[in-house]
Formats: sequence, C-alpha cells, structure tokens
Amino acid sequence: MSTASSVLKEGRLPRWAEIALLPAINVIVALLVGGLVVVLIGENPLEVVKVLLWGAFGFQEAIGYTLYYTTNFIFTGLAVAVAFHCGLFNIGGEGQAYLGGLGVGLVVLAFDGQPFYVILPLAMIAAGLFGAAWAFIPAYLQAKRGSHIVITTIMFNFIASTLMVYLLVNIFIKPGQMSPESREFAENAWLPFIHEMLGWFGISFEPSPLNMSFLWALALLVLVWLFIWHTRWGYELRTVGQNENAARYAGISPVRNIIISMLISGALAGFLGLNEILGVQHRLLLNFTAGYGFVGIAVALMGRSHPVGILLAALLFGALYQGGAELSFEFPRITRDLVVVIQGLVILFAGALEYLFKPQLLAIFRRIALMRAGG
Amino acid sequence: MKKIFLAAAALLLAGGAAQAGEIKPAVLFDMGGKFDKSFNEGVFNGVEKFRKETGIKYREFEITNESQREQALMNFARRGGDPILGVGFGQAPAMEKVAKKFPKQRFAIIDMVVDLPNVQSIVFKEHEGSFLVGALAAMASKTGKVGFVGGMDIPLIRKFACGYVQGVKYINPKAEVFQNMTGTTPAAWNDPVKGGELAKSQFDRGADVVYAAAGGTGLGVLQAAADAGKLSIGVDSNQNYLHPGSVLTSMLKRVDIAAYNVFKSAMDGTWKPGIQVLGLKEGGVGWALDQYNKSLITPEMKARMDQIEADIIAGKIKVHDYMSDNKCDF
Repeated sequence: MSTASSVLKEGRLPRWAEIALLPAINVIVALLVGGLVVVLIGENPLEVVKVLLWGAFGFQEAIGYTLYYTTNFIFTGLAVAVAFHCGLFNIGGEGQAYLGGLGVGLVVLAFDGQPFYVILPLAMIAAGLFGAAWAFIPAYLQAKRGSHIVITTIMFNFIASTLMVYLLVNIFIKPGQMSPESREFAENAWLPFIHEMLGWFGISFEPSPLNMSFLWALALLVLVWLFIWHTRWGYELRTVGQNENAARYAGISPVRNIIISMLISGALAGFLGLNEILGVQHRLLLNFTAGYGFVGIAVALMGRSHPVGILLAALLFGALYQGGAELSFEFPRITRDLVVVIQGLVILFAGALEYLFKPQLLAIFRRIALMRAGG
Repeated sequence: MKKIFLAAAALLLAGGAAQAGEIKPAVLFDMGGKFDKSFNEGVFNGVEKFRKETGIKYREFEITNESQREQALMNFARRGGDPILGVGFGQAPAMEKVAKKFPKQRFAIIDMVVDLPNVQSIVFKEHEGSFLVGALAAMASKTGKVGFVGGMDIPLIRKFACGYVQGVKYINPKAEVFQNMTGTTPAAWNDPVKGGELAKSQFDRGADVVYAAAGGTGLGVLQAAADAGKLSIGVDSNQNYLHPGSVLTSMLKRVDIAAYNVFKSAMDGTWKPGIQVLGLKEGGVGWALDQYNKSLITPEMKARMDQIEADIIAGKIKVHDYMSDNKCDF
C-alpha cells in the first residue's frame, strides 16, 4: 500500500521502477531504434541481436573481453559518479586515466627488475596519485577561483594527450621503432590474467585480456559505496553536492569537499591505467584510453551514480563493445561506424533522455494505484 | 547462432587445412580505416580487385582500439582465415603472437617484418621510388630549390626523405632541399591544412617543386601547389589526376598489388613465407606518367628517367636506405 500511496500523493515512481524498469525501457527502445538502422542497411535485426549477445557472452573468451571492457567502465564510471555526488561534472576522466597510465608506466619502467609484490602496490599508488594530481588543478581552480570544472577538466584532457605525445615521442620511444611506444615491461611485472589465476585452481579458461584489475574494480565498487553512504566524509560530500549554502551553514567546507571529491574521482579514473598498461598492453603507448573516460559519463548517468547501477551499466557497455566487435566480424555490411551508432543510441536514450518515459510510466502506475484503491 | 559457434569450433579443430584454390582470406586494416585515401585504401583496392576477379569473399575488420589488434587476428585465425593479411607496422606484435598459435595458417604483413615460418613480410624500397621522383623534381625545378613535406616523423618517412634528397642531388648536386615533418603523432597523417601551410612556407623560400609523403596531409600540399602555380609530387597511389598540370608525378607504392598478390598466390599455391622486398625491379615502387602529367614531362626528361631506372635496377646507382643505419648524410 505504501507504494501506491507514494505514487498517488507524491507523484513518485516506486523505487524498483526508478532504478530498474526505467533504464531497462530505455535500453530496449535504444535497441529497437538500432534495429531500425540495421533493417535500413538490409540485415536481419534479430540475427544481429543474436550475434551481439553471442559475441558478448556466448563463449569464454567473449566473456573475458566483455569483463575486460567492463573493468575500464567501472573505473571511469565510479570516477564520474563520485564527482556527481559533490555536484561536479568531471569530464576529465580521459585525461586523468591517461596520466594514471603514465604513472603506472613510469613506476614499472623504473622498477620492473623488482619482485611483483613490490611493483604492484607501487603501480597502484602511482595510478591513483597521478590521476588525482591531474584532477587537483581543476578542482583547486573550481573551489578557490570559480573556474568552471567542465571547461578546465576538458582542457586538461588535451594537455594530457599532448604531454603523453611529447614523452613518448621524445623520451620513452624504443630506438629504431616506428610507433611511439616504450619498451615492453619485464614479464614479472605484468598483472596476472584471470585465466592464469583460474589456472592456479585447476580451472581452465580461454585466454583473454581480463586481468586482476577486475577484482580491484569490484572492490572499489564496495569501497565507494561505503565511502559515499556510510562515512561522515561521504555525507559532507553529498551535502555540498545538494546545496552548497546549506552545507556552509552547517559548517561543512565546500572548498575542502570539492577538492577531496575531485581527488578521489581522478584517482578512480587513474586506475584505468592499471588495467590497460599493467594488465593488457604491458608497455606505455599512445591513446590507450580510447574514449573509455567519456563513456564513463554515460555509465555513471545510467547507473544513477550508484555502485550497483554502475556495475550493471558498465557490464552493458562492455557487452556492447565486445559484442559490437563480433558483429562487424560476422556482418560485412555492419562496419565499426554502425557499431558506434548503436552504442550512441544507448547513450542517447539511457543517458541523455533518461527521464523521457517517466511521465508515461508514472501515469500507468497512477492508474493501477487508483484502480486498486477504487476497487 | 549455434551454427556459427559449431562452424567456429569445427574450424578450430581442423586448424584450417591449407589447400590450393580453397582459401578464406581475411584482412585487418589499421586505425586509419579502409577509406583513408592512402595506404589502407590501397590495400582495400587490391583485395577488392581480388574479390571481383575470383568471386572469393574476404573477411575484414577495422580496429578502433589497441587491444582489438590481437583479438581480431585471433578471430580470423580461429575461423580458419587463410591467408590473413595485416596492414601496417602496428600489427606486428599481435601477428607474432597469433601466427605462433596457428602455425598451419598463412599470415602476411605489409610494411614490417615478422620473422616466423608461416608469415610473409612485405616491405617496400620506398627510397628507390623517392630517388626517382627526386631526380624528376630536380629536372623540373627552375630555382634549384625543392621541398619535402613528411607526415609523422618516423624512420619510414625519413627513408622517403633520404631517397628523395639523393635523387635531387644526383641531378643537381648544388640543389637545396627544404624538409618539414607535419607532426609526431598519427594525427600528422591527416592534417591537410598544416601540410598546405608547410608547402607555402617552402614556396616562399624559393622552392618550386614539393614532394608530399604524408597520407591525407599530402592533399593539402598538392592543393597549395596548385593554388600557387607550383609543382607537387603525390605519394602511394597515383594522385596525378587531383590537379592536372600541377602534380608533376606520383611516387607509387603498390600496396594494392602486394595485397592482391598475397591472396592470389595463396589461391594458386605459390605463396611463400619470408621477407619480400618490393623495389623498382619488382614493380613495387615507381613513378606515375599518365594523361594528366604528360604535358609536364619533356621527352628528354623521360629519357633521362628511363636511364636512371635502368641504372638502379642494374645496381649502377645505389640508393642509400635510411633505415639501414638511421643516417642520411647527403
């Protein structure tokens, strides 16, 4: 009865509908529109959906790749979410992740003769520290000078990419090589792959880039949840996000919280470097962020900035990335650009138009509630 | 869905038994994509020609991020792809891994060497082709000053530049060559505005022929030369038709033929692993003469060029390869 009364009195959807039903409708509509595009180019949309799902979850290697992409999206999605809770729109995840990777690369290039248990903590600290440092300057400028964080973080993305180009082309490039890349790390520094780790327990799994950083991403989901909803710092942060003046009146410093939330956000994005550099590529190279930082925004929006939602949204985008690659393999007419179109539709409906269907849904729930009350 | 999976599994077990006449060709394009008006598109034209002639379809994939290189090659290999062609030097590390896992299938890579018994590596003597167009530039130049606009500053492009300088000096030892690189990142392959500006600055310093070895950036160089009433030299594909009367010639790098030959030789059973170096002798590089530039080439120039070509093929002229020692002292 309580749901019914909240629908009638406050015009609010039940929580389960808000969290699960609405995003699900959005994804389905996005896929339907995507299906129309597929029909237009002359393929069978049902076959396409089949291959998409099979390509994302149909066999062990596919699952590995899906979860590898998911790992990246969890990191960048959490990064955006933490800043959201403080009322900040951090679109610099791309640059912060880039710098995080640089931190990992520097540490490993310097210490990769050392044992793994020395390198791993150093690399993790470096990833977080470099990412946080890259977020600190925009945070400081926002908190103290009022420079808008959207502008500064996006500009810092450009600075990050130019900095990486300079370092790789002039300093880290392996001599006599075409592509601007560093030397490969010594093998003892690599993060163990999940298929290797499962192998330790006698479980065989097809090789894929999925590595230990996935476990760290899952741990961070829990840690962020604890931090935001179960600590005083998280409470302060959310208060600043909801109403800066109220927070100030309550003795909470907005300056401090803006900076703290951005530092955490930058560090979370920086961990992407752990997955890409130490987990998969095993060398420092250009453009390893490949837009994951930006997709993180969509992941956070879709996941309603809640760790559970972020996990699901990250999984969805991981599946779209991996299934999409399989799609352009199976259907010559579906190029990589069309896969981007389908992904873009999901972002459009689930991220940008997230409340498109809310009024209709609300009306339906109202009618049901009224019927029950009346009957 | 099940069918596809079973087919993939069956192919995996069969390990792709290679038989003449029965091939499943596949091609993996680089980041630029198959319609880059340059290198990748050359390969695309070559494999399309093969498809039209033989009716054999090929699988293809354009990568969007680094980790897809290995994934795509694995996918091709698992589905029995044979031969599998990788385009560009960036594919080398991934191909090395995958070709080792599928020793019975045939692989080929363009612009890089992967030393495995089931890989054919195709590299070009770009320095020879550049020597030729350099000689032609020096013959056509009235000021004794010519220019070079490179794309990304990598050893491969310095190899183009070095061959060009040698060709210019062969005709006119006192000639001056201005060299500019567009940038140090892959973006330098697709920046026609900057390419045009670099060409203009070289014209201002007195150059009257400019050679562009810069992918999409070169289109800006050619445009700038046409606007200024100067001469330009295209690269990779025949670009003479772009600005008739202004493009002196194009340095041809026949990636289309190379790609076509990989598939064709695999079909005929004449495919061989190892390094294939395609130079002037093999018809892998050359200079373009067609209806669009014939008014620019006098019979004397043509005769001289024929002589130089013959001398290079006979070994009388030795063109230094920058990449052999990373030096160009000319």
